[in-house]
Amino acid sequence: MESMEKEHWTKVIGPHRGWLDIRLAELWRYRDLIMLFVRRDFVAFYKQTILGPLWFVLQPLFTTIVFTVVFGRIAHIPTDGMPQILFYMAGVVIWNYFADCLNKTSDTFASNANIFGKVYFPRLTVPVSIVITNLMTFAIQFTLFLAFLAYFYLAGSDIRMSLWILITPLLLLQMAALGLGLGIMISSLTTRYRDLRYVVGFGVQLWMYATPIVYPVSEIPDKWRWVFALNPMSAIVETARYVFMGAGTIRAWQEVVSIGITSILLISGMVMFNRVEKTFMDTV
Amino acid sequence: MSDVVIRAENLYKEYRLGTISHGTLYKDLQSWWARMRGKEDPNSIISTIASSAPGDSKNPHFLALRDVSFEVRRAEALGIIGRNGAGKSTLLKILSEVTSPTKGTVKIKGRVASLLEVGTGFHPELTGRENIYLNGAILGMTRKEIARKLDEIVAFAGIEKFLDTPVKRYSSGMYVRLAFAVAAHLEPEILIVDEVLAVGDAQFQKKCLGKMGEVAKGGRTVLFVSHNMAAIRNLCERAILLDRGEVLLNAKSEEAVSAYLDRNLLKGAKASAEEIGERLEGTFDPGNPFLRFVEIALLDQSGTPRKAFSSDEDITVSVSFECLRKVPELRLFVYVVDENGVHILGSQNLDDPAAMERFTSVGAGTYSATCVLPKNIFGGRTFFLSVHMIYPKVEHVFVNKILEFEVKFKGWSKVHDGVHSLVFLNPQLQWSIQPLAA
Repeated sequence: MESMEKEHWTKVIGPHRGWLDIRLAELWRYRDLIMLFVRRDFVAFYKQTILGPLWFVLQPLFTTIVFTVVFGRIAHIPTDGMPQILFYMAGVVIWNYFADCLNKTSDTFASNANIFGKVYFPRLTVPVSIVITNLMTFAIQFTLFLAFLAYFYLAGSDIRMSLWILITPLLLLQMAALGLGLGIMISSLTTRYRDLRYVVGFGVQLWMYATPIVYPVSEIPDKWRWVFALNPMSAIVETARYVFMGAGTIRAWQEVVSIGITSILLISGMVMFNRVEKTFMDTV
Repeated sequence: MSDVVIRAENLYKEYRLGTISHGTLYKDLQSWWARMRGKEDPNSIISTIASSAPGDSKNPHFLALRDVSFEVRRAEALGIIGRNGAGKSTLLKILSEVTSPTKGTVKIKGRVASLLEVGTGFHPELTGRENIYLNGAILGMTRKEIARKLDEIVAFAGIEKFLDTPVKRYSSGMYVRLAFAVAAHLEPEILIVDEVLAVGDAQFQKKCLGKMGEVAKGGRTVLFVSHNMAAIRNLCERAILLDRGEVLLNAKSEEAVSAYLDRNLLKGAKASAEEIGERLEGTFDPGNPFLRFVEIALLDQSGTPRKAFSSDEDITVSVSFECLRKVPELRLFVYVVDENGVHILGSQNLDDPAAMERFTSVGAGTYSATCVLPKNIFGGRTFFLSVHMIYPKVEHVFVNKILEFEVKFKGWSKVHDGVHSLVFLNPQLQWSIQPLAA
């Protein structure tokens, strides 16, 4: 019968989709939608807060102050010779972006059940737009960091910025990929196993302490360094500190491992997300 | 080249009832392990469909669709009807890719746009314009396409003045109009519509119906799910009647609609305006009618609604209706019909010359008409009531078999047997028996 019908179907909807049929071309076709989601989230945020973008500045500022007092002044954790404020602020700003991406994308299915239940569009547009929206927050906080950096530089601190600073966008991209990959992986799992949602909240907090945010990698005994290499965020944070302030320890192999793990997480996240998006409406 | 644009083949959709518990993980692993080895999933019932009766409460699985197959041709308007829970929405969700079938495939030619519920993705803080873009993009349009259609959309929705106002300040009517306008201007090859006509005022509903008719005439295909039988009949040539997930009938919409109505007779002795609206037939302008039914009821001698009568009781048919504009000549018909719709008895308001004097011409207002079906004429049968309202040459609205009633035949003498109880009419007629002169 198949051979008799030479028909061209635009779409065949069946019970399953291939493991790797992620349909990135379709995502690209919906790029306008991604940008409109970004705009929507941005506008909605501004219309609902009084202080607006000031929050983005206050949060890292106060966190940095607290870290400086607690970990720097009281616990006397060294900072590889970097000014304490800059050391902590770099960590906080970077971590904020990653944590935000992870937290918000991990909720994709649950918080969009209403709209997903009514109309089809590539579901991946939502987490991708979240990652992009978060870039704006990051830009504001990063500007704050740059301002402090300039101040310390002019005040004569020992800051050796290198040309490697040009790889900053790549670091950002890797963080986005990592946050997105893990976030959509968790959001796929939470459609069935709700408990996971609670794990994300404190999991991210604990993860921060497993990442060199409040301490430098140089404080870690050599025999435990490999554990840190398994955490893809370690390499990102250390690299960022190195390129902006010229201090810290980072090895090429650590970068490679970090990028490798990020890729694996992103791809498996997309595969899982893709599997779930077809039927998750039945479990909500 | 075949003209089939949608082909659904043996669709099944299985839902698991009940909550997801700690057992979920274990069962998931079990199913996964079975699939990995290429075996039947022990937690699916598709393989044991024969043994699973609908409504089997022990079975935590539920089949929302069972073996649904159909085809839709280009430029066809197909209605999908059935009671709540018949599987209409599930079917639409599969067609619009919101969820996927458990088994079976759907093949589609062309872009599909669904209006499962209008206003999807509207954000209250965004302005009308921003929402048009966002909603359009969600429905699959590119920014350029939307920009090109913007004026048309705004004009259709009639919100020119409020284009830059956040939609949270819109009235619900404006909101719905805007949402429908965006979707109606999508120009998809296949448009799926679910119950949009339940919202908006009469005039807008008329506009929507017109737009959908236009879409179908323009060579595009419309799938229309509604409880509004008049709309289905108006808009669709063909309709599918679903019941408990199965296709009961795939026929001309007239036929499917009457099959549906027959399966869904009203239970009570009163029909509300809404129930009448669903079943309304006839020739009229839906956006601008003259006459509207408000309530139809069967009353006993004390004025209480009832649906079982004794043959020695008067039965009062009470028809309340609203006249929206002056109707210079009004005719009301009441028919008693059998289950096949065959007319057994009929009466019209103009039969009574006195009533004719007073009530031929009616002005705007709400009226209640009554007509008494006198005692001692019916046999012991089940009867149905049909009511027509006519403004000759302008409007003719009617509802067939709107109410069901039963008459228990009392008998005229002690001698009445089974034969008597089978006739529809059994009045006491004058008899005379005389011996013939030899």
